[in-house]
Amino acid sequence: MKRREFVKKSVSAGFVTGTALAFGSINNLFGKVPLPDSPADLVAVKGGNPGQMFDRGIEALGGIERFVKPNQTVVVKPNIGWDRGPDQAANTNPQLLTRIIEHCLKAGAKEVFVFDHTCDVWTKTYKNSGIEKAVKDAGGKIVPGHTEGYYHEVDIPKGVKLTSAKVHELILESDVFINVPVLKHHSSSRLTISMKNLMGVVWDRRFWHRNDLHQCIADYATYERKPDLNIVDAYNVMMRNGPQGVSVSDVVNMKTQILTTDMVAADAAATKFFGSNPADVLHIRKASEMGVGEMDLEKLSIKRITI
Amino acid sequence: MQYTSLKKLRVIISIVFLVLITMVFIDYRNILPEEFARGALYLQFIPSLLKFINLLSVSVVGFIVVLVLTFIFGRVYCSSICPLGVFMDIVSFISRKLKKKKKRFRYKKPHNILRYFLLAVTVIFFTAGSIYFILLLDPYSNFGRIITYFVNPVIILLNNGVADILGNFNVYAIFPVEIQSIRFELWIYPLLFLVLVTWMSFTDGRLFCNTICPVGTLLGLLSRFSLFKIRFDKKNCTLCGRCIQVCKSDCLDFKEQIIDYSRCVECFNCLPVCPSDAIKYTFKKTGDFNTDDTKIKVNNQPNDYDKNKRKFLTLVLSVFAGSAIGSIKQDVQEEYKDSTVPEEKEFPVTPPGSLSIRNFTHNCTACALCVSACPSDVLQPSFKEYGLTGMMQPYMDYHTGYCNFECTRCSEVCPTGAILPVPEAEKVRIQMGIAKFVKENCIVHTEKTDCGACSEHCPTKAVKMVPYEGDLLIPEVTDDICVGCGACEFACPTTPYKAIYINGNSIHEIAKEPEEEKLEKPVDEEEFPF
Repeated sequence: MKRREFVKKSVSAGFVTGTALAFGSINNLFGKVPLPDSPADLVAVKGGNPGQMFDRGIEALGGIERFVKPNQTVVVKPNIGWDRGPDQAANTNPQLLTRIIEHCLKAGAKEVFVFDHTCDVWTKTYKNSGIEKAVKDAGGKIVPGHTEGYYHEVDIPKGVKLTSAKVHELILESDVFINVPVLKHHSSSRLTISMKNLMGVVWDRRFWHRNDLHQCIADYATYERKPDLNIVDAYNVMMRNGPQGVSVSDVVNMKTQILTTDMVAADAAATKFFGSNPADVLHIRKASEMGVGEMDLEKLSIKRITI
Repeated sequence: MQYTSLKKLRVIISIVFLVLITMVFIDYRNILPEEFARGALYLQFIPSLLKFINLLSVSVVGFIVVLVLTFIFGRVYCSSICPLGVFMDIVSFISRKLKKKKKRFRYKKPHNILRYFLLAVTVIFFTAGSIYFILLLDPYSNFGRIITYFVNPVIILLNNGVADILGNFNVYAIFPVEIQSIRFELWIYPLLFLVLVTWMSFTDGRLFCNTICPVGTLLGLLSRFSLFKIRFDKKNCTLCGRCIQVCKSDCLDFKEQIIDYSRCVECFNCLPVCPSDAIKYTFKKTGDFNTDDTKIKVNNQPNDYDKNKRKFLTLVLSVFAGSAIGSIKQDVQEEYKDSTVPEEKEFPVTPPGSLSIRNFTHNCTACALCVSACPSDVLQPSFKEYGLTGMMQPYMDYHTGYCNFECTRCSEVCPTGAILPVPEAEKVRIQMGIAKFVKENCIVHTEKTDCGACSEHCPTKAVKMVPYEGDLLIPEVTDDICVGCGACEFACPTTPYKAIYINGNSIHEIAKEPEEEKLEKPVDEEEFPF
């Protein structure tokens, strides 16, 4: 209980710095003018291994330097929800994370943090997903997200059902936020991609489930601290029994990747890989209607790369 | 003075056992390998005895080793191997340091009626199939509870304080850990027990071991016939009485030169203090040694100590019984409509490897090692789940956590065989219970929105989402592939009652393997679908 009081006190302090940092990130957004030689809103890559796809994809998007400036801190948010091995594709591909961290550090990032608010016991998911080792080997820092103390209350003014949430401090404090979901079938939200992956940066997920899950996913997507870059890992894709999967028979080796700054566009494009219509996935439609991003792929400039 | 090193050796061995066993109990990060726990607890008498009876295996003969040790050296188990005994020595040591007037032990008569009564009750109940008195009185289990209930939270609190400070500098090597909130009612017995042993050892050394502890009394029966014994040498004795001043068991009558071997715990305190070489630890009777230990008469008159002990025990038991009041319910305020149908669990869920409720409740001494070792916080001491006599025996509390699919930690550490070791491949098919879905409580039914948290967490997809009204999907349970891990119940967001819960299997079953269908690929892999 004392700890909770301590946290409450530190939240008020953290809120001040958090707000200051949030303003800082808005400045970053203004500074992020798309480069003339990189007109693509969305890059889709096919073939090769996850690392190669990222190399080519990020190059087409203007290089990691467009997002990460020297001496900045970076938080990478993969999906590490489940105590499953990499072959079951329940979590983000560790090879991809290695490559992302390497790029960030090469661009001069001061530190690259990686965390998830996991569903299964975090120590087991971090280890058995292969992500803990991949992050450490690449020079990143793996951070826990399993206790409420890491999460600080923020307002979501545009939210319909979800008007406030407790968000992990690294999301609030880091200069750059890179979202790295894995594309999967999902029993609750139908599909889990970029926006659903952000459920792992908040503390109380039961609230979302109780209060119209799709609306809450869209609500959180309106929060001002959006990912600066979304990289959808669709190398191995769990086509059914998601989000956890029962066995490797649920997985297809799709060898694709999507990179974009627009979460809604990322999710819409990834939905197509499933043969589904983005508008049929309720949270994608709602987020699009709330102006989070563009769901209509016809309106986007897409760069397609085949390796 | 030649015995100084013997006493030192005793002290060192005692501390080693205390430290090792405490480490096993405070290993909240699961750093120590299972072999460590198994090794450190190998010689614990009651757990080893229970596991031996349960498995009939020669691999668990720790208690036989203890019996042999006792037959050769006397009650060295009580002195060095029993963690509660060592704890009491520390209290006793502190007590002597604190008191201005040096504490002087003196010979006292044993409380024979009480100690043999408690031993008899424990044995009779056990042979009749109830572990109840073992659970209440076993020194190892009580020590485990004290560490798990009272010491662990303090250590985790310190850990979290350090983690908070380091977290400010983005150092995450030490991370905070949730403190398990054990129900207040369950604190009563361990707390009273802790007060009892602390008070008894503070005022009178090993009084607990020779009055209440059934293991101590049992080993005392055997130690009368030990090969090595502490013996008086009448020729040399000057009746100075220094030996009795340091005797924690009050079992030396130096005037009569008699030692009550049923109470001597072989602490060797008396040996180095004798200035005239009149007291010895020897293999057999020689010379003029007085070894007539049968002289001690049974004292039929209960003395003051007996009365006090009895009062205390009555108090402990009455508070215990009186604590059977309803558990404190925690209400969460939420804007959504509360669920209406209460969960009706026919049986509580016992941990994987426990075989059945019967096997579990008959072998578990409630030492709480599995509670502190469980990485998912799902194992919690029970209150009413197994009835009054099963209080403190752990059960799977799916409101605090769920059983991690491939985890077998509890079965690895359980020293009594209440939870038997299971290989991971078998564990994932053990059906501890079956999920029961209550549509009337379900979000999909009451709020008409998607949820599916239960199915999401289900490791075997025994809980599957099937079409409901409109585009909605609602859970459906396939009983025969459900393992009863409780992930669905834990994840279910409804309050105060869950829309899906596990009803325990009173006898664990084997779940079927989930069927694997061939996967149809929906899109052409060569082309981009946009």
